[in-house]
Amino acid sequence: MKFDSTTYTFTDKGNAGKIGLIVGMIGLAVSLVGLFVDAGQFYFSWLVAFAFWISIGLGGLFMTMVHHLTSAVWSVAVRRIGEAVMNALPWMTLLAIPLLFGLDKLFIWTDTDHVAADAILSMKVGYLNVPFFIVRTVIYFAVWALLAFLLKRNSLAQDKEWTEERARKFVVISGPGMIAFALTATFFCFDWIMSLQPLWYSTIYGLWFFAGGITTVMAFYAIVVLRLRSNNVLSETITVEHQHDIGKLLFAFLVFWGYMHLSQYLLIWYANLPEETAFYKDRWGAGWTTMSWILMIGGFVMPFILLMGRSAKRSDASLMTFAVWMFVVHWVDLYWNIMPVFHTETVVLSWMDLTTLVGMGGIFVWLFWMKFTNHPAVPITDPKLDASIKMVN
Amino acid sequence: MAANEAVAGTAHAPVVHGALAQFKDPADLMHAAEKMRDAGFKKWDTHSPFPIHGMDGAMGEKRSKLPWVVAFFAFVGFAGALTLQWWTSAEAYPLVLSGKPLFSHVAFFPITFAFAVLFSVLSTVIGLTFFIKQAYHHPVFFSDNFDRASDDGFFISVEAKDPQFDAQKTQDFLRSIGGTNIELLEEK
Repeated sequence: MKFDSTTYTFTDKGNAGKIGLIVGMIGLAVSLVGLFVDAGQFYFSWLVAFAFWISIGLGGLFMTMVHHLTSAVWSVAVRRIGEAVMNALPWMTLLAIPLLFGLDKLFIWTDTDHVAADAILSMKVGYLNVPFFIVRTVIYFAVWALLAFLLKRNSLAQDKEWTEERARKFVVISGPGMIAFALTATFFCFDWIMSLQPLWYSTIYGLWFFAGGITTVMAFYAIVVLRLRSNNVLSETITVEHQHDIGKLLFAFLVFWGYMHLSQYLLIWYANLPEETAFYKDRWGAGWTTMSWILMIGGFVMPFILLMGRSAKRSDASLMTFAVWMFVVHWVDLYWNIMPVFHTETVVLSWMDLTTLVGMGGIFVWLFWMKFTNHPAVPITDPKLDASIKMVN
Repeated sequence: MAANEAVAGTAHAPVVHGALAQFKDPADLMHAAEKMRDAGFKKWDTHSPFPIHGMDGAMGEKRSKLPWVVAFFAFVGFAGALTLQWWTSAEAYPLVLSGKPLFSHVAFFPITFAFAVLFSVLSTVIGLTFFIKQAYHHPVFFSDNFDRASDDGFFISVEAKDPQFDAQKTQDFLRSIGGTNIELLEEK
């Protein structure tokens, strides 16, 4: 790839997008074969991968709005990374379409006989029914697409000329946008993940989903920044100080994510109500105990201790390792939350878990790279840009 | 106090404790600090009304050892709280509460966490006090002009304890790096 560092534009976009598209197409095509091999496995694998990449897209939307709401200075230089992730989100939501054909395989509440026989489930019919479910999903996706569109339009208009009104407009969009984001992300998680076990409920579940997404999007920021720097792109603009701040936010949201997990577990453990504890009983059986330990130790304890220090975030090799590891952890987290509904006895890894994840990842990288390279890589007219470049911790 | 003994020893001439120079703005102070560092001064400091980003680098300061002290005591608090709860609930007074195990590590976790935080905070305060113990009294307070360090003044002070310190040469050096209102810090 080639980069003009005076105008901050890409003169040659390199192969990242093309490779992403090819990997994505092959991955998804191979995954579709799985539909005829084992439809149940296909839909569950697809759902894990879908939730994985959607949560990262939501992270980009969140980081962009937080940036505007807090008038942050440091993140001006990396703002376009979050915006590109956010702009990939509406297209990624289209990958929900195959899932709509497998709702009966995924969700037990679609089985009318089963629901009629269950006193509690039959009282939830007003909320848990297929038409309302699809309407709600469309609303969530429309809200995200609208927010992404409004923020993107204003951002590109600002590139032509910076005005006070445009700067203000970011805040006006992001304020109500944040409330809409919180509601839609929470209910998306309730609908698509929590309702897999329709008798179980946890009010903190939406925050868990959101926290995992933000942690992983910070890991994505780190990977993008380090890859750009190793290609000598933006290396004078996005400095080790930004890298340090990204590492700090990664660490902060990792702790927040662990805190959400603990808060959910602690309350359910204390209250000891059968309909709530069932969730943990399913994940602490013969086949799932190991994965639970991996999630606890590998997902929280180990990175918490190792990523705390300053040098762990400022060293390229170290931050890259943790960023990639966070991707693994986030996938394990979603797998651990979703898959015990299908593989109730033990962990059964399938090739479809890999192909759906990598396939959607390829599409995501392609979309991201296209969105990121089409416009100047930093908001060139932003008056805070200079201060952001010179920022020191 | 050492200073009083020194005064008693030399009854006539005032004791020189160091030199002080004022600088125009934070940028001037930062560049002067870089020159002080490069000239190899050891016992010196910069004073400004507000923290200046990058000053520790300009002064050539090493990273503080405080985080390691805090990390150690955080661990002590963590382990101590867990031990205390284990001993009281599972060893000394083993009572079954709401059907939970005697050693309920989940229930113990909030207290364990709070203890780790408490020990971190206390060790930060005590450790910081320990690391800055030389700053309780500082010769800069002999200067009247130094009051402006909490208003609009930017200063560099060099202590007489510095191995390179020489009343005349150090003042000349401070002038050469852009200092104004140069004065010797003398006990009155």
